[in-house]
Amino acid sequence: MSSGASNLLLELRGCTIRFGGLTAVSALDLHIGEGELIGLIGPNGAGKTTVFNLITGVYQPTEGEISFAGKSIVGSKPYHITEHGIARTFQNIRLFPSLSVFDNVRVAFHLHLLSGLSHALVRGKNFLREESAIAEEVMSLLQIFRLDGHANTEAKNLPYGDQRRLEIVRALATKPKLLLLDEPAAGMNPTEKVDLMNLIRHVQDKFKLSVLLVEHDMKVVMGTCQRIAVLDYGQKIAEGAPDEIRSNLKVIEAYLGDAHA
Amino acid sequence: MRRFAAQLCLLGGLLASYLFYLGAPYIDSYWLHILTLVGINVTLAVSLNLINGYTGQFSLGHSGFMAIGAYTAAATTLLAGPKLLPLLGGAQSTLGVGALFFFALLAGGILAAIAGLVVGGPSLRLKGDYLAIVTLGFGEIISVIFRNIPSLGGALGLTGIPPHTNVFWTYGVAAITIYTVLALVHSTYGRGFIAVRDDEIAAEAMGINTTRYKITAFVLGSFFAGIAGGLFAHQISAIDPRGFTFMRSIEIVVFVILGGMGNTLGVILAAVLLTILTEYLRGIGEWRMLIYSFLLIVLMLTRPQGLFRWKFGPRVKPAANPTLSS
Repeated sequence: MSSGASNLLLELRGCTIRFGGLTAVSALDLHIGEGELIGLIGPNGAGKTTVFNLITGVYQPTEGEISFAGKSIVGSKPYHITEHGIARTFQNIRLFPSLSVFDNVRVAFHLHLLSGLSHALVRGKNFLREESAIAEEVMSLLQIFRLDGHANTEAKNLPYGDQRRLEIVRALATKPKLLLLDEPAAGMNPTEKVDLMNLIRHVQDKFKLSVLLVEHDMKVVMGTCQRIAVLDYGQKIAEGAPDEIRSNLKVIEAYLGDAHA
Repeated sequence: MRRFAAQLCLLGGLLASYLFYLGAPYIDSYWLHILTLVGINVTLAVSLNLINGYTGQFSLGHSGFMAIGAYTAAATTLLAGPKLLPLLGGAQSTLGVGALFFFALLAGGILAAIAGLVVGGPSLRLKGDYLAIVTLGFGEIISVIFRNIPSLGGALGLTGIPPHTNVFWTYGVAAITIYTVLALVHSTYGRGFIAVRDDEIAAEAMGINTTRYKITAFVLGSFFAGIAGGLFAHQISAIDPRGFTFMRSIEIVVFVILGGMGNTLGVILAAVLLTILTEYLRGIGEWRMLIYSFLLIVLMLTRPQGLFRWKFGPRVKPAANPTLSS
């Protein structure tokens, strides 16, 4: 799956967003090919999550263009963008706390649902068949992530690490082509982080996904990503393979300050 | 038989309503009146629970939709009835009267649903307190409008509405309302309502059109409120705008909060208990609202999750469940 950028999936061209006087992201160019695992790093407040919110339609860019699979997605609502095939997780976990683990994933099948309101009321043969097919798919997804034992637990009662993993499962249930992970390793201990890295690679391979990973933890990013883009004050200051980034003076400066450069 | 389990429950509910109707002549007429009000309040509470409880859109305008249904249904039987009844077999024909009443109720429900769409569309962009205030305003507007339509009786309201409501209609409608809400919520589609309540941003990210869900809940809830209004009008025979003010909405909201937001069984129990309690408290008149309010305060302090929220299985202690957010 290292076909590189031969098949362009997501492309940001000159994306800028300003909040009043603050330019949160400035003229950002970023591209992700099919099957790529790209890291997006940068110090606190560099604009990483803002980039996620731009891609997923939570914010609209002030200037610039975002296209996915050849089509512009600027101006689309978040649920349309998910429909196109972009799924995300959240930096501060946003599960549906009162729904069970099972239902959290089930809800995410919404996009591929044939039955609507009237079917739910009539409860005919096709409706029941679809419901049980979805239930099976949900359970097999949960099995992959070893969450099937918690299927009936309310999401808010899940241990922290499991909540993070459930967010990934839920995002996968929308059947995306591109998965955006916003600091999936935040708050995890070193063992959990190693597990998570293996999991991300496994998921990417199994579901034939492209992944954009925002992460603070250098070990996680350097260990999983094929290519890394570095943001500082909303500007891309470097992009390249993990080794190039590690030795890039600008990056070291951004993270450690110029006295060390 | 599992395949038809849900439909059989509905059928059972309708059958039970009919048996209740057959047994009605043996019940004291005062109690029959109260039991009918219980059924109407159950419909109101369960329908509001779809909006407030499951979808998390705090509406204070349920009495407004109820008023629309009440006036529409009453106007249909009062004004159109004398012309339509001869065509349907005359006032002596049970089937003809039933058909007229059915269409009157349906018309009330549909008009209330349209009002729900009109109000819901623009105001559901608002959240929490803001939405509550808009819906409150809507309820007041409705009552003022009816006060100023002379052909609908103005401030005096409509009187002499034929007493078509009986326990069969009332509990049949309640059964259909309960079925609708439960069947919806217990489906992959309907879990979307709860997802919207729990986290709107996450719901959008999962591909859910949150606006559409909110409007659906609003329209369905108003539809059943409208039908309940029609039943109410044909039960008490005289309606006036003062019967559908803010206080009426609050009463329904209390059912929902007391029963537990998004807990249909709890909400039904709360509606039953409070309606009967209200009758017992009638002797002390205005003090009733004081007790109501006091009950709410105590409840919010001690059981914010509602009176009837049962938890099965072991509970996770908050301390053992650290949810740090980064």
